[in-house]
Amino acid sequence: MNSDLLHGVPADTITRREVSYDHEGETLEVSMGPHHPSTHGVFRMDVKLEGERIVRLKPVLGYLHRNHEKLGEKSTYLGSIPYTDRLDYFCSMTNNWAYCIAVEQLAAFEVPERAQYLRVILAELTRLQNHASAVGFLVQDMGASGTPLMYAFRQREKILDLFEALSGSRMMCNYMRFGGCRVDLPAGWLDQLKVLMNGFPAFLDEFEKLLVSNEILMARTQGIGEVSAKIAINAGITGPMLRAAGVNYDLRKVDGYGIYPRFDFKVPLGEHGDVYDRYMVRVLEMRESVKILNQAIAQLPEGPILDPKAKLRGFRPKAGESYGRIEAPKGELGFYLISDGSPNPYRYRIRPPSFVNLTVLEDMCLGANIADAVIILGSVDIVLGEVDR
Amino acid sequence: MSAFPTESLLDELKSQLPGVQVELLRNEAPSAQHSWLVASKDAIVVASWLLEEAGFDYCSNVTGVDWPDYLEVVYHLYSVEKRLGPVVLRMRTEDRGEKVHLPSLAPLWRSAEFQEREVFDLFGIIFDGHWDLRRILMWDEFVGHPMRRDYVEPDDYEYEPTAHDEIAEKARKHAASAGGAE
Amino acid sequence: MLAGGILKGLAVTARNFFESFVSKERLTTVQYPDERLPQIEATRDFPFLVYDGPDAMAGLRCVSCQICEKECPPKCIFIEKSTDRKPDAAGKLQFYPAKFNIDISVCMSCQICVEVCPFDAIKMDVEFELATDDRFGGLLLDKQKLAKSNEYYHRIHPTEANTVDGKLAAARAKVAAAAQPKPQVAAPAVAGSEVKA
Repeated sequence: MNSDLLHGVPADTITRREVSYDHEGETLEVSMGPHHPSTHGVFRMDVKLEGERIVRLKPVLGYLHRNHEKLGEKSTYLGSIPYTDRLDYFCSMTNNWAYCIAVEQLAAFEVPERAQYLRVILAELTRLQNHASAVGFLVQDMGASGTPLMYAFRQREKILDLFEALSGSRMMCNYMRFGGCRVDLPAGWLDQLKVLMNGFPAFLDEFEKLLVSNEILMARTQGIGEVSAKIAINAGITGPMLRAAGVNYDLRKVDGYGIYPRFDFKVPLGEHGDVYDRYMVRVLEMRESVKILNQAIAQLPEGPILDPKAKLRGFRPKAGESYGRIEAPKGELGFYLISDGSPNPYRYRIRPPSFVNLTVLEDMCLGANIADAVIILGSVDIVLGEVDR
Repeated sequence: MSAFPTESLLDELKSQLPGVQVELLRNEAPSAQHSWLVASKDAIVVASWLLEEAGFDYCSNVTGVDWPDYLEVVYHLYSVEKRLGPVVLRMRTEDRGEKVHLPSLAPLWRSAEFQEREVFDLFGIIFDGHWDLRRILMWDEFVGHPMRRDYVEPDDYEYEPTAHDEIAEKARKHAASAGGAE
Repeated sequence: MLAGGILKGLAVTARNFFESFVSKERLTTVQYPDERLPQIEATRDFPFLVYDGPDAMAGLRCVSCQICEKECPPKCIFIEKSTDRKPDAAGKLQFYPAKFNIDISVCMSCQICVEVCPFDAIKMDVEFELATDDRFGGLLLDKQKLAKSNEYYHRIHPTEANTVDGKLAAARAKVAAAAQPKPQVAAPAVAGSEVKA
């Protein structure tokens, strides 16, 4: 335990940088946001600048706070599922899955095989489209004027078409239910998915050829926004940001939730924990997701998609509590539910990955230029729906 | 996945640190995630033992809960290094009015920094030892703690035409008072 | 070589640009509203009430059980039950909704009302061009605006409508079979001489 505080922050949790704090009269205070094209949502950073270098950075959150947790206390368990879609609005399938895992732990539902495979397929599709968008937006923030972003979005549209054909809606899918999935695959969906998966490696190759050896990208991202493994673990960072720092902690391997232990995939790790490593980890994770998807499609069995014990209306779990977590594309998404036996949860808590990943934002940006602050924020990959709930 | 055996870890803690006041609270749900109720005077000692001796280096989640007689904060701890967890720590305040101080575990696990600020903002628990305890999700001049069950929101809404039950009641009162004022 | 990575990237962009003149794969822009994409069958936008037969109000399947109103997460449905009963499409006397309002500015298209309806009376529509400049009344759909025929339902969601029709026909057949007078059974002569079927 350290009691050594440097300007109010524990000393050994700050990455050492050359910052000066004694130029009161010569600094400029800028508010980046909330209305800003590069802050990934309504997010504000109060930045104190000395020339172009950042001397202090305070994130200001809460512009998208909708008090989802209190809504969860008033809605029934089923009625909260559409609200979970709107947390990390890019990844509604994984949000649903995390909530369903937490409730299934409260009520001992058993998910049938086909539903497990469907959940994995949809979660990996979500991961693909999230990482493609995240990389696209990161490069857009660097000034690539939207071209790689639009290539990523062109591919993402095909995945969203699949989501729409299955659940009725591109992003707010409301698809998973406690004990399985809501509706089975329509005719032709699996063929459409196979065509997409056959074409995906070609898209990834083209995407990589466009960006990976680009000198501007390397110059702007290597060495920027470094986080060491020790600080990352202590600050609760999870997801690609943690793996870029070199820590091998992927919940799909550690917890082995669902049927992930049946699939053969690797976990890409970075070395320096800088923006370039986070970007490369996401690109490599897309390739691993394609591998998982191909295996899942090949192994998909026939059968029911919902636990016969599962009740849609009037679901009253026994009193107790549970914390269920999954590896969402942004990090560890957890739901903590306290039930008192009534149809509404007593306490409904969402552990958002983007919110906790933002803890070290100031540390990463101190001493860097203001243009780097935008890129560092882009590499953290936040979605304000999740940060503020 | 089977639940983590917290009872044996608690026995180990009690053998190494006799005299700390930690109680095991059983959780009856199938998740079997039992929690440790720690007295606030011993919280830092227990948390340091978990961090340094038992290797629980990752604090995943900090939650506030509003019970009828007291407020509570719940920590979920995992070990990245040993791939174990969760250990669930709970601390309770003495009442819901003045005596809402609890020791902050943010100097030990930096991930608690923003999450404890959120618990302070939404529930009103004051964390002693947190270096930057101010509101995070609500604006700085906001009065009140929204997640508490007795929070009454101000009457500054526009009511939807399909209101039900208590919302319909509020809409009727609002229309009556607004109609009278105009 | 100097700027090799950037040149490789430019080659990819050039390829995309020139191929977009010949391949639909590369040029995916749809000039809305002149061109529209074909509707994906399962799309859902806002709910509507299904009626059987030619008369919208007489053929409404809704019996005003108010389950959708209770389960709706943002509570955007408002139902007033009627005091009298009228015969439904199968001839049975049922309650009907005197008022059925959905506020689509609140509705989040989650489709839970459709899932919980025991009578297949409310289904999801596919119309999204509902913008209006009447902020208060224009987005409040009442029973008249919500009622659409079963033929319309078949047009927008053919697979789903066929499944629902099959289910309803089977339910009606079961009711009709149960209502048939039972055939006369000869009284058993002596207990023990009867063979159990």
